[in-house]
Amino acid sequence: MKAGVSSTAREVAGGRAQAQHTSMFLRMLVRAAVLRRGRAASALVAMVVAAAVATAMLNLYVDVQAKLRREFRNYGANIILVGKDGSSLPADALSQVESVLAGRGVVAPFAMVVARTSDGQPVVVAGTDFDRVRQLDRWWSVSNWPSTPQQALVGVRAVSVVSPRNQPFDLSFQGHTIHLTPAGTVQTGAAEDSRVYLSLADFASWTGVQPSSIEVAATGSPEEIAAVMHQLESAVPQAEVRPVRQIMEGEARVLGKTRATLMAATALIILTAALCVLSTLMGWVFDRRRDFAIMKALGASDRLLNSFFAAEAAALGATGAVIGFVLGIGIAAWIGRVNFHAPVVPRFSVLPFVLAGSMVVTLLSAILPISMLRRLQPAVILRGE
Amino acid sequence: MFVRLVYESFRRQKRRKLLAGAAIALGVTVATAMIAVATDIGDKINRELRTIGANLLITPQEDTLDVEIGGINQKPPSDGAFLNEADLPKIKGTFWHNNITGFAPMLPVNVTLQRDRQTENLTLLGTYFAKQVSFGKEEFITGVRSTHPWWKVSGAWPDDGSRDVLLGERLAARFSAKAGDELTLSGHQLRVSGILSTGGNEDNQIVAPLALAQEILGRPGAVRRVYVSALTKPEDALARRDPKSMSGPVYDRWYCSPYPQSIAFQLQEAIPHSHAEQIRQVAQNEGAVLTRIEGLIFLVTLAALVASALAVSAAMATAVFERRAEVGLMKALGAGRLAVASVFFAEATLLALLGGVAGFAAGAMLARQIGRSIFDSQITIPPVLLPVILGIAVIVTFAGSAAAIRKAVGLDPVFALRGEL
Repeated sequence: MKAGVSSTAREVAGGRAQAQHTSMFLRMLVRAAVLRRGRAASALVAMVVAAAVATAMLNLYVDVQAKLRREFRNYGANIILVGKDGSSLPADALSQVESVLAGRGVVAPFAMVVARTSDGQPVVVAGTDFDRVRQLDRWWSVSNWPSTPQQALVGVRAVSVVSPRNQPFDLSFQGHTIHLTPAGTVQTGAAEDSRVYLSLADFASWTGVQPSSIEVAATGSPEEIAAVMHQLESAVPQAEVRPVRQIMEGEARVLGKTRATLMAATALIILTAALCVLSTLMGWVFDRRRDFAIMKALGASDRLLNSFFAAEAAALGATGAVIGFVLGIGIAAWIGRVNFHAPVVPRFSVLPFVLAGSMVVTLLSAILPISMLRRLQPAVILRGE
Repeated sequence: MFVRLVYESFRRQKRRKLLAGAAIALGVTVATAMIAVATDIGDKINRELRTIGANLLITPQEDTLDVEIGGINQKPPSDGAFLNEADLPKIKGTFWHNNITGFAPMLPVNVTLQRDRQTENLTLLGTYFAKQVSFGKEEFITGVRSTHPWWKVSGAWPDDGSRDVLLGERLAARFSAKAGDELTLSGHQLRVSGILSTGGNEDNQIVAPLALAQEILGRPGAVRRVYVSALTKPEDALARRDPKSMSGPVYDRWYCSPYPQSIAFQLQEAIPHSHAEQIRQVAQNEGAVLTRIEGLIFLVTLAALVASALAVSAAMATAVFERRAEVGLMKALGAGRLAVASVFFAEATLLALLGGVAGFAAGAMLARQIGRSIFDSQITIPPVLLPVILGIAVIVTFAGSAAAIRKAVGLDPVFALRGEL
């Protein structure tokens, strides 16, 4: 080690001491890890696994709500717009609703009248947009969706009344008659089974009746849906906006319970993982009481010893946390793909928590044994008692 | 000698054994609790999903079309076929009666309301609120309060035997009526006990006890349809097959699985002249939601098992590693590798069993606590799980200590005694 050209002797000495001090400290850290590869590796593995599991669970916990909400949207509409006092909705209502939603959901309009079959039987006929209904009401079991004008979708119970032999049929409403061919049947187990569905264009030109209700399946949290309802109310003032409470309340309950269960599981798993790291690391540090004793015997101060072991623990914690985080994101994505058929979006906001948690656990597991050892004489430790 | 070695090791190293035992107990606690939650979560979530409403509907076999728009019946009320109220308790006599959480009969009746010398046509819906029904010796309470939990009443729910009715909130707002008012409906004097809010068609109707609706209609014992809420299993390929096309054993398997289809089939068998069907909106989707949640909790349980297995093996490895000197001493005194290893394994087994039993008990309590605080109901652990959990605990403890024991046994006694690696 050569002194700097322009420095005074004292500065050189100071600088040298400083340089040696730092490099020695680093060397001790590195050598400690290299010489006892096995134990260092097992401590690191414990740290990585704990961080990975914690990351995966936190990620899932944050994301699962959104994933399950999407499943619940298969239940269909959660908001219904109806014309006030049974009147029809204005012609631009559908486009108004669509612009409020801006892609965050599915919308389908419905218009209904009671028509008569050719032998005078009353039957409910509904006009709707088949493409939209297909997306909104996925539970409809349809044998064949109508594709051309003048085709009808007949409810399984209505079949025997309007078209028992699958033949074309006539329906009349207020003196106007429409000739329809059945395209297929619809089965839902509910009121839809007793109805005949037409395309909105056929329905309007036949009856002149405009849609009286619009069903909306809006995605988002309860607050977002409440906001959407509020916006719908001001966008379509002629309509009454009602929540489908049955669906909303059921969804909230199931999601709440699932989230609570997941939270309990997350807490348990993180606790177990943390304790695993704690016991492994404490064993590791405790195991090196001889190094500790020798350093102390050679005159290392308590502060130096503390900072040495703390630095070691922090390095281990940080490395483990970063590797574990990457691994955990992978696990969460895998669970998302396997269970929800959509990857869980990596949440980098989780990283600081995992990092901080790892540091706390590792520091704790270094400081506990050290404070125990500090009370002992180096000679006692070195004698192996 | 062997027994004494193990015994003395436990007696003299109480603190260390306690630490290792605690680690095992903790791991087993988490594993037990998570397994218990995972095995029960399907049932618990299924019950929560029932809050979305009934998933099966029974109608008369010879039913005519419903002509109903927005909850207003457009058809003469006496038209069409009816079910017999006396047959309804048989619902609880079917094979899957334990899966049926409740049912509610419905009888819509067209009524006229006299108000301010005006008459108005309205729909009155007769149903059970919370009616006591008995089948054989079994007594149970059923009605809309359990099948339609989103119905909210301000005021009081009517008694099933009374002449009290609920007024839908839209009607109430229109009439500016409130709880306690008297109404004259088709010549019957009735009292409004509360205002009903459902967010659906019922908001425009009057809801009354079934017996009262039958009296107004003049058809005692008549029921139009029955909503049944049942715990079902997610539909699979077998569920969708037509029972008529099945061979004997396949049919039995179909019949004895709680699919919506097979429960509907049995309801149809139990109630004469009826047609039962799943309400697809509810039945189809709950299968999907249930599968997702069960899958999620299953995967999370796997993660919990991995974490607890790791915790146990880490504790064991540390425990063995700390006793290198002892191994050296034993070897120096002439013990073979097998003798040393068997002492350690015996200790590990003992620890695993003790920790396992303690952990199982703690885990059972934890699972109960989770069940009570999250689902307001018990999560019970089948006792069969105890040997399984103990077996897993022993295996994990073995696996955790195996590497450390092998390393310790392979050490040169001289180095081990000097405390060098």
